[in-house]
Amino acid sequence: MATLKELAKRDDLLSGGHRACAGCAMTSIVRQILLVAGKDVVVGCATGCLEVTTTIFPYSAWRVPFIHTAFENVAATISGVETAYRSLRKQGVLNKEMRFIAFGGDGGTYDIGIQALSGALERGHRMLYVCYDNEAYMNTGVQRSGATPFSANTTTCPVGECSTGKPQFNKDLTAIVAAHGIPYVAQTTSAHWRDLTTKVEKALNADGPSFLNVLSPCVVGWEYPSDQTVQIAKLAVDTCFWPLYEVENGKYRLNLIPAEKKPLDEWIKRQGRFKHFYKPGGEELLAKAQAEVDRRWERLLAVSEKPQKQSK
Amino acid sequence: MSKKEPGWKDLTMSGIIEEAGNAQKFETGSWRSDRPIWDKSKCTSCLICWIYCPDSAIMLKDGKMVGIDLQHCKGCGICAAECPVKGKAIHMVPESECELV
Amino acid sequence: MKIVGLTGNDAVAEAMRQLNPDVCAAYPITPQTELMEKFASFAADGKVKTEIVLAESEHSAMSACIGASCAGGRVMTATSANGLALMWEMLYIAASYRCPIVMGVVNRALSGPINIHCDHSDSMGARDAGWIQLFSENSQEAYDNTIQAIKIAENPDVLLPVMVCLDGFITSHTVERVEVLDDEVVSRFAGEYVPKYSLLRSDRPMTFGPLDFHDYYFEHKRIQFEAMEKAKPVVRDVSERFSKLVGRPFGVLDAHKMEDAEIAVIALGSTAGTARGVVDELREQGKKVGLIKLRVFRPFPIKEIVELARGLKALAVMDRSISFGGLGGPVFGETRSACYGAGVNVPMVNYIYGLGGRDTTFEEIERLYGEMETVAREGKQVDAIRFLNVRE
Ligand code: SF4
Ligand code: SF4
Repeated sequence: MATLKELAKRDDLLSGGHRACAGCAMTSIVRQILLVAGKDVVVGCATGCLEVTTTIFPYSAWRVPFIHTAFENVAATISGVETAYRSLRKQGVLNKEMRFIAFGGDGGTYDIGIQALSGALERGHRMLYVCYDNEAYMNTGVQRSGATPFSANTTTCPVGECSTGKPQFNKDLTAIVAAHGIPYVAQTTSAHWRDLTTKVEKALNADGPSFLNVLSPCVVGWEYPSDQTVQIAKLAVDTCFWPLYEVENGKYRLNLIPAEKKPLDEWIKRQGRFKHFYKPGGEELLAKAQAEVDRRWERLLAVSEKPQKQSK
Repeated sequence: MSKKEPGWKDLTMSGIIEEAGNAQKFETGSWRSDRPIWDKSKCTSCLICWIYCPDSAIMLKDGKMVGIDLQHCKGCGICAAECPVKGKAIHMVPESECELV
Repeated sequence: MKIVGLTGNDAVAEAMRQLNPDVCAAYPITPQTELMEKFASFAADGKVKTEIVLAESEHSAMSACIGASCAGGRVMTATSANGLALMWEMLYIAASYRCPIVMGVVNRALSGPINIHCDHSDSMGARDAGWIQLFSENSQEAYDNTIQAIKIAENPDVLLPVMVCLDGFITSHTVERVEVLDDEVVSRFAGEYVPKYSLLRSDRPMTFGPLDFHDYYFEHKRIQFEAMEKAKPVVRDVSERFSKLVGRPFGVLDAHKMEDAEIAVIALGSTAGTARGVVDELREQGKKVGLIKLRVFRPFPIKEIVELARGLKALAVMDRSISFGGLGGPVFGETRSACYGAGVNVPMVNYIYGLGGRDTTFEEIERLYGEMETVAREGKQVDAIRFLNVRE
């Protein structure tokens, strides 16, 4: 586990000058991951915020080999790259050790890309898939996705006279991926650098596919001031909306149990997409959202090993 | 004003970008409405701002913070918000109140 | 060289074995299935160095092919019909990323209704995806085309993907006599693939597949257009070289008894074989008929077609696919447009035939030539679209 001082000695492999929104968590996630991965990697990227902001021709922010082909297929594309690597290594044409990382947003992972992801995991390619989950189709203007939380306002399920935003709960993708029985699956956020970088290291060392679901707050879609990106992600963890946990060879481990589980309200109230929670009838929405968070948290507690440490 | 853009014969096939990280040449500093002002005397080089900056704009030398890259900093304010030093080693100041560099 | 009995699927698989790709990513679909089964058995027996990706869909298979190709590997695959349709998005991307992937397309009708038998609606629908398209008359040609395809695709001036089309069941499942070259001869002819760019060069990191706005997209498409133009002489050159290698003639098309022909038929795929027999019989009756077998549909051999059409009294163009609401099938549209542009105003009829595997017999084609005699006699353009052998 590297300290910040140690990480700082490494090359920053994503340059500035990309076009992500001010305060976007996504690019800090990428920077942190690449600090751990180093330069001998190939990055694949699904169509989405990350791809459109970092590779606007003739400029690229990537200092590592990078490929984007389409929206729903980053897992398949990178599995092809990894297979070519294996083939050329086996033939003795290539000698160096390389790693393969696929990035997809929640649209490209929870929704349109889930088939390609599932197929690649089942085939067992040695690759790390990272979902930067900003909980909607943000690149195209905040349309709802399978990751959008209950009753969030989006442009395709807007709050209105007869609507309180997205009627469904978010899909539990981390659990779905864990059900593939791959060596390493974890959930973390942009704002827990130690947890994130430790998990990246574990994931890259796993002998087979690995998966990280990284909560990635979005200033525009979640509607909060841009300097609060880190705080919002931390609150998602402290309220147990987004627990930090990992599934290593089938064993669930919670990486952080908040000493005091904050009410979901503390996370919700900081974001404009939930502002209708504070209008008449909103208590009901909040209660329902809280109940689902509690249910998932209890389940996680039940299946997990005892945590390593407590945290405030 | 407009320099001639390259014709198709001057471009790489399929739009491959051969120069890694050349986005560095693209300025995003003009997006800023607030500017982070760094107080070197208070900074402990804990590197918290560096790890969370989305724009690779915290400049380091030998593992120590040495300044902010204003060509790329978009002024999000995360660095100032997260700086753990008492009284903060980074403050956000409206661009209008900053002297032109 | 050895002579063996092979189905079309076996013949392509055999060529793939000899070309020994680094990666093959595929998904099974009738009638392509046996092709991939055969190739998988070569891999299982260690007869190729290929790493196979058994993807969960054709879309992912083509995506993996593109990834592997951008990583610098020689890549081959195969599909049919709905599988090709599911790849649609990725076909365009493979071509625009200049991936020299070679894909067997075992032609089958597109749904619906669902039908597993031969027509060309699958590959014809993909004609503007930017792939070179070779059509095979029989197992032998499926084999020959596959070997030539790699040579064309990997040419540094071209770097475009190639479809090797063969008729589903008619060719793919019929055992025929095939001359198979020695392994060393094939590998010498194909040569090594030297990729221009590779994702695995982390010492020279590059970005593949960036976002283009209106300021660059058009220029990038213009480059791609040029690559297809450059493919024209390369296809010819490879045909000639292959011809020398095997001692059989090869061209972008095969002009059969066209020297003094007055009536001709253009066909591709297995139907060309049937039509050749008809031509030979009618010639014995003293009729001045000929056949133009198209081997290459993309890039379309404009000049060659025009030269052959010049001086004809009537030309029938056979399309084994249908275009709704247009001016006929794709082969017809291309042919008529090429001739019109060159001032060749030969009366032309489009015959839509064989959809969903409808048999196209010797007698049917004989009747077609008969109808064209009437067209030739009247000497003027007629109602252009006819359906061969569909019940009223
Ligand atoms: S204001 Fe934002 S972009 Fe600028 S240095 Fe601070 S964290 Fe980076
Ligand atoms: S967070 Fe504050 S103390 Fe730490 S390095 Fe940045 S400016 Fe210095």
